[in-house]
Amino acid sequence: MSKVRVLVGTRKGAFLLTADGKRQDWEVSGPHFAGWEMYHLKGSPVDPNRIYASQTSGWFGQIIQRSDDGGKTWFQPGTPPGEPTTGPEGMPKGESNKFVYDTSAESGKPLTTHLWYDGTQHPWEFKRVWHLEPSHHDPDTVYAGVEDAALFKSADGGVTWRELPGLRGHGTGPQWQPGAGGMCLHTVIIDKKNPQRIYIAISAAGAFRTDDGGQTWKPINRGLRSQFIPDPNAEIGHCVHHVALHPSRPDVLFMQKHWDVMRSDNAGDQWHEVSGNLPTDFGFVIDVHAHDPETIYVVPIKSDGEHFPLDGKLRVYRSKSGGNEWQELAKGLPEKDCYVNVLRDAMAVDQLDKCGVYFGTTGGQVYCSPDAGDSWAPIVRDLPAVLSVEVQTLP
Amino acid sequence: MIRVVLPPHLRTLSRAGSEVQLDVVGPVTQRSVLDALEARYPMLRGTIRDHVSLQRRPFLRFFACAEDWSNEPLDTPYPAAIASGEEPLLIVGAIAGG
Repeated sequence: MSKVRVLVGTRKGAFLLTADGKRQDWEVSGPHFAGWEMYHLKGSPVDPNRIYASQTSGWFGQIIQRSDDGGKTWFQPGTPPGEPTTGPEGMPKGESNKFVYDTSAESGKPLTTHLWYDGTQHPWEFKRVWHLEPSHHDPDTVYAGVEDAALFKSADGGVTWRELPGLRGHGTGPQWQPGAGGMCLHTVIIDKKNPQRIYIAISAAGAFRTDDGGQTWKPINRGLRSQFIPDPNAEIGHCVHHVALHPSRPDVLFMQKHWDVMRSDNAGDQWHEVSGNLPTDFGFVIDVHAHDPETIYVVPIKSDGEHFPLDGKLRVYRSKSGGNEWQELAKGLPEKDCYVNVLRDAMAVDQLDKCGVYFGTTGGQVYCSPDAGDSWAPIVRDLPAVLSVEVQTLP
Repeated sequence: MIRVVLPPHLRTLSRAGSEVQLDVVGPVTQRSVLDALEARYPMLRGTIRDHVSLQRRPFLRFFACAEDWSNEPLDTPYPAAIASGEEPLLIVGAIAGG
């Protein structure tokens, strides 16, 4: 029987939740890296035992961790297993933690400044890895979306990283600016059919696409409208919270923007709003059913000033029509006094026949719906604030 | 031989004890101590100071002989008691957040 492994990143460590295909009885492993912020963990689609993790701290900076045995043991890939180590006591080399922005003129036109809160230009400063996206085809290839916003790539299993400078260098970089959560590149989606095509999203710059493996990029924000920016129709400056697609239809994108749920049917060249009957169209997460590319999920949040559900009732909304017509999903979710948030990378779906949907909250709950959203139950209730949720479907 | 006390998370990361002993060549300064520390524990590169600029991470501070030396120039010699190993250099995580 198939089973699932849920990778949960929290403010104070990582947790692995495993269950068989019924998704009723769960084993909880963790905390791994206790006390550290675990921004994101994601497994390789090629080799599910290969998991990459972003371990970070405001005090101590960025650490990249890797597991080759499904999360039982972890190491810093700066010293891969079997390689000689540098120190007398076999210490990792630490190279895997080094994210240095490209400054070479020949590799593009890497920009050194972006828009700061006060309207001045500000240099790029590396802070952390928000998202790790392993390749669909090679377990050693993985992308990292970082703050301050840039995309890095490793082709050696996370041992070393280099920036893809064409993104910052394509021309709009000086107009990018940090949102409340920092200027982060938080979404990386690789087209499974065409690995040369990658979508990324940045708060607060917008969404971008490459069709040549990351050498050149174009903004894909036409149709987005954002109040309170100088030009509400500007192509740059939108606070995109998350983007999702179904692998079978890589040209159809769904976006949860700061406000507004959006859809594009042409790979981001044009967007239109599909918020429809949602009670509020502010939110962070959005995801697509594993088997029905027109079924999508969001968690409406009251407003940008009040990051919690409406009326204290935690609700997922599902559209089976690719947006506009939304159905409230409440069974098993808190009916009152719930004032948590669901952050942008904290929703995922599994690949089982009856698609499972998962999300984690800033209150430390991780919920699972084994029936595509019809009913929900908490897997765990009392973890630290959940930053990210990913799911692996295992044989 | 000089002595350095690490904050708890860096002890876990380096698998070192709370206090490490290092041989430092030449003047004992912030730069030379951290060079020796990172040579001995390479995984600490980037955790105390930036990989490239070598600037101290903002939430870490250095205390020598009960005084805050965090903002001294990188090549200012530490007090004799640090250089002799009589007193440890303390690397401390600043109090912040929950």
